[in-house]
Amino acid sequence: MSEETRPPATADEAAATEATGTTAATGDVSANAAAPSRRSLLALGGAGLALGAAAAGGTALALGGKDDDIAPVAESGAAVPFRGAHQAGIATAVQDRLHFASFDVTATGEGARAELIALLKEWTKAAELMTQGHPVGEGAYGGLAEAPPDDTGEALGLKPARLTLTIGFGPSLFDERFGLKGKRPKALVDLPKFPGDNLDPARSGGDLCVQACADDPQVAVHAIRNLARIGFGTVAMRWSQLGFGKTSSTTPDAQTPRNMMGFKDGTRNVAGTDTKNLGKHVWVSEKDGPDWMVGGSYLVARRIRMNIETWDRTSLKEQEDIFGRSKGEGAPVGKKRERDEPNLKAMKPEAHVRLAHPDNNGGALMLRRGYSFTDGTDGLGRLDAGLFFLAYQRDVRDAFIPVQRQLAGKDVLNEYIQHVGSAVFAVPPGVHGDNSWWGSALFGEK
Amino acid sequence: MRAAVRISLASATAVALATVATGCTEKSDAKSGDDHLIEVTATDDQCDVSKKEFPAGHIELAIENKGSKVTEVYVLYPDDRIVTERENIGPGTKQKVTATVKAGSYQIACKPGMKGKGIRQQVKATGGGKTVKRDPKLDAAVAAYRTYVQQQADETLPLAEEFAKAVKDGDLEAAKKAYAPSRIGWERTEPVAESFGDIDPKVDVREDGLEEGQDLEKDWTGWHRLERSLWKDKKITDRDKKLANLLIKDLEDWQNRVGKAEIDPTSMANGAKELLDEVATGKVTGEEERYSHTDLVDFKANVEGAQKSYELLKPVASKNDPALTKELDKQFKALNDLLDKYREDKSSYEFTSYEKVGKAEQKELSDGVNALAEPLSKLAAAVVVK
Repeated sequence: MSEETRPPATADEAAATEATGTTAATGDVSANAAAPSRRSLLALGGAGLALGAAAAGGTALALGGKDDDIAPVAESGAAVPFRGAHQAGIATAVQDRLHFASFDVTATGEGARAELIALLKEWTKAAELMTQGHPVGEGAYGGLAEAPPDDTGEALGLKPARLTLTIGFGPSLFDERFGLKGKRPKALVDLPKFPGDNLDPARSGGDLCVQACADDPQVAVHAIRNLARIGFGTVAMRWSQLGFGKTSSTTPDAQTPRNMMGFKDGTRNVAGTDTKNLGKHVWVSEKDGPDWMVGGSYLVARRIRMNIETWDRTSLKEQEDIFGRSKGEGAPVGKKRERDEPNLKAMKPEAHVRLAHPDNNGGALMLRRGYSFTDGTDGLGRLDAGLFFLAYQRDVRDAFIPVQRQLAGKDVLNEYIQHVGSAVFAVPPGVHGDNSWWGSALFGEK
Repeated sequence: MRAAVRISLASATAVALATVATGCTEKSDAKSGDDHLIEVTATDDQCDVSKKEFPAGHIELAIENKGSKVTEVYVLYPDDRIVTERENIGPGTKQKVTATVKAGSYQIACKPGMKGKGIRQQVKATGGGKTVKRDPKLDAAVAAYRTYVQQQADETLPLAEEFAKAVKDGDLEAAKKAYAPSRIGWERTEPVAESFGDIDPKVDVREDGLEEGQDLEKDWTGWHRLERSLWKDKKITDRDKKLANLLIKDLEDWQNRVGKAEIDPTSMANGAKELLDEVATGKVTGEEERYSHTDLVDFKANVEGAQKSYELLKPVASKNDPALTKELDKQFKALNDLLDKYREDKSSYEFTSYEKVGKAEQKELSDGVNALAEPLSKLAAAVVVK
């Protein structure tokens, strides 16, 4: 137990700590923690005493429960390690919910680079705390009464919910503003215009992105909200997207989730445990360059609106023909089970699965972790719903671009979908070691 | 009998006045020569007090005006908030004022001619419990802000009268022209005005701010009601002319009361943030001035008012949190620079009509407000007396 979290020795000392308010919360990040482990609860006992009346209720509640109730027993509640060779949130088994945010850097002038670096360091610190189930800064309560709390507080009492936060850098970051012009990876191309694209600039692009995935939507939203708040003055949110009902699986033994059209899609997705394919198709290698991207990946994000109402009026036969799969089992045409090897020739030439299959695209594979979205209605009473497509790959030029060219030109599914938002990001490798932070290699600093 | 009745009536009046000023309900029982009695002798150039130290608690000021001008006498907190006051003390007359004061420093001010800051005496109430810990720098900031707020109200009245006159003359164009300028002083100091609770709904309520059961035609008063007549209805009715008079009456009420507003460093800091919140919720969206589209004038005024609070608190804040004040300096400048893009002359309040500000520009303004308001929300913590 650290010096800061030791229980006050005397009643007077406890009162003194209570009077100053902030000191108790400062030293112990678990004081306001969302899902205290058993060990941190022991520490909390000390901090809790000193936190005063406001905190006492919550502490008593936590201490009063049985250990079994408190410990994150369910896998869905656990914390995913933040540090590693790769960023979490790519190969990590897909969580249930998404809040994806794209930011523009608003800092300008001479100090802009330093400001951006300072923000990335602060973001890294906050991200690590939040993914481990802790609030940011001094927490959501217990600080100065006259000041707004550091943490917005809506994730208090919630488990870490396998929250992952993944940062990416957009092509627009690599202009003259931050001295990064020479650092832009060749693979970070501007996506070409595909036939049928109807892109809304207000839902496209961005200098930075943060992908928040969690099993609890509140945990994901909380994370983005706090990062946005920390970022005010240096970055401004450009657009964001909530997602639910993961549409891809990165766990090979689970059945593929269904998209809003009711179909299983992306059965051949790269599994998060498939080291061979991850190395071949997802992670940037030393041969690829640049050095700062080794261990990273490239992310394509597309907001794909579905014409839900017309789709729902389409006959089952046509629906199945369009995908090239059965609606029930998700089996390829003529096959029985979802994971049976598809016979592409048995499908219609424009079937979605046939066109998207690696065999039709020079073996191109991506790691997809898209989500469904429903953003209310569009003013005409139609559901504004669809697929928020997220795909990680080693090089956009021989993965997303050729596959999307193929699909945009021929896919019969295009009658029912439209790409309305688009962005591409270079996702740097993971944070590891004491002096590493989001983008430290890019900025050439330790 | 008659004389006795008259005396007790006089002291009842004094008690009643003290009650208004301080909320005190104690009876006046001070006698001449007792510790609680302070004799104040006012002349045209002096303000003598019989004692400069007295016990905290109930006090009585026995005032005599020996000068040639009508005077008024104030008891003030160190930050210039009024403890109690008595106006209209004619030459050669005597008046009594009572108040209840806690231990601490005060000032007694005589204002011959009832103008200016007055001739002041430092006095001290002693004993009677703990003295509130005060930072003189912060008291100075609050006092200066109080002066600013009063000045804004004083300067707004003539501008509002010009607006009201144009309405009463039925001069649509002149009224439109005078509308936005008449609001600037108000918008700069809105959190203080709002602290009174009753004035804001009379002068600054918007159409959608009316409560259920309130009638748009009968119950809606103030600037925005007139704004709608001028820009949407494009005509001035007899009722509008009455509303113009009412607006002046309500603004005079504001002018008379701002001196007594509860202001402390925390409320100043949070008031600055609240002004930015006003911008974020009402102006950036174009809701505030939905008929006149003069939102950017209000926007600028809100920022100016916030900046005034900040500049006054800065000497203390920059010591406690230099990184914060550095950031605030930067963000105030950035937002002001951004606003300057919407006016041709930096000394004028002629801003682009908000109708003509595109979505992307609105987002840029909104981002600028967020960038300033977030660090501004931390200002209170940097000036709080620990």
